[in-house]
Amino acid sequence: MTRVTFTANIQRHVCCPPCEVAGATVREILDAVFAVNARARGYVLDEQGALRHHMVVFVDGDQIRDRVTLTDAVTADSEVYVMQALSGG
Amino acid sequence: MNDRILVATRKGLFTIRRGRGGAWEVAAADHLGDHLSMVLADPRDSSILAAFQHGHFGAKLTRSTDDGKTWQECAMPAFPEQPEGVEDIDPMSKNPISWSVARLWELTPGLADEPGVIWCGTLPGGLFRSPDGGDSWELNESLWNNPGRKRWFGGGAELPGMHSVCVDPRDKNHVYAGVSCGGVWETTDGGDNWSARADGMWASYMPPELKHDPLIQDPHRIVMCRDQPDHMWAQHHNAVFKSTDGAKTWQDVKTVTPWVFGFGVAVHPEDPNTAWFVPSESDEKRAPTDGRVCVARTRDGGETFEELRNGLPQKNAYDLTYRHALAIDETGNSLAFGTTTGSLWVSDDQGDSWTAVSEHLPPIDCVRFG
Repeated sequence: MTRVTFTANIQRHVCCPPCEVAGATVREILDAVFAVNARARGYVLDEQGALRHHMVVFVDGDQIRDRVTLTDAVTADSEVYVMQALSGG
Repeated sequence: MNDRILVATRKGLFTIRRGRGGAWEVAAADHLGDHLSMVLADPRDSSILAAFQHGHFGAKLTRSTDDGKTWQECAMPAFPEQPEGVEDIDPMSKNPISWSVARLWELTPGLADEPGVIWCGTLPGGLFRSPDGGDSWELNESLWNNPGRKRWFGGGAELPGMHSVCVDPRDKNHVYAGVSCGGVWETTDGGDNWSARADGMWASYMPPELKHDPLIQDPHRIVMCRDQPDHMWAQHHNAVFKSTDGAKTWQDVKTVTPWVFGFGVAVHPEDPNTAWFVPSESDEKRAPTDGRVCVARTRDGGETFEELRNGLPQKNAYDLTYRHALAIDETGNSLAFGTTTGSLWVSDDQGDSWTAVSEHLPPIDCVRFG
């Protein structure tokens, strides 16, 4: 299972505790998270499913490359961090 | 007489009320730290809708039904899935337009006999309608799919955006929408069909052959006289326009003083000939000349203008008022305007004199009575 951690800043708006989900890509991982926390989806993704402009996702310390379709690979041992970019502050 | 003013700012929502002796004062600060782009006090019930403009997490909408004590997140207007292969390009910048709501830019209630109906304008330029006070939203696909929309382009906001929605008090199916930069649009059948209504407007920022094109006009704000709805005013990028025939034609009000550039406009709810503007020196210099803040008022339909300065700073003030930050109450006697430098002034005598409620608020996006 892949561990997913959200920025502390999002917690003020919508509770996103760390969780463990299964999936082979960032898309699958986030879909699994949002399946049980639907309100969080709109805070991280826009209505087309792309990562919001001033959000960033790291997989094992590397920023993902595909911000639109979220095809970056994830393993069961991966650590995924959903963070806010400083550019949006 | 309205005794409450709601002020949406870069760092929170402020409630202004009349205190002892009738003086306006800051009564509450909600959502501190959050950017609010728009607020609406629904005159048909006690609810308040406020739009967030979160830097990281996108636009959101929240509602209070207990005078701001508690807030509940509402549904967000959302565009449908962008069809594969459908290009949507800003014709000026050539940047792609994502079908994603970047900002809630206008909230307008429907008429008294349609409780719950709210119109919402967005960036990019979508028009949404809620039948239930914000619990659900539907995109007006007729306007979104109108070929004319592909001509719209962004101004300062980079994306084309819908900032003004006016509902004819005589007919809930008769609605106008103002777009920067996309002119004025009218529907008479509740939104099934739309027509461009910017004839008479002209654009100094376009070459001669496109100067009068209705689809590229940049009305910064459109308002309608409540009791004589065929009378409308527009603060445009390079002119002030008025219409006396329901936007079929617009007349250039060349007498406006002291400056033609600005964003906000208010019209008296009973008297269509009385209107107010908060001008800045020019597009290039968005501040009052010599630091002297001024409100312009006409009482004769634009034949003449007065420069109202009583109570406003007349030196070292560089305030700019955004398009939603000039408000008038339902009586037409009280006005309020807020600025990007955090000043909020109120007048209870139609602008003859002004009082500073605060000169230290965060940058102000929207001011509304109610």
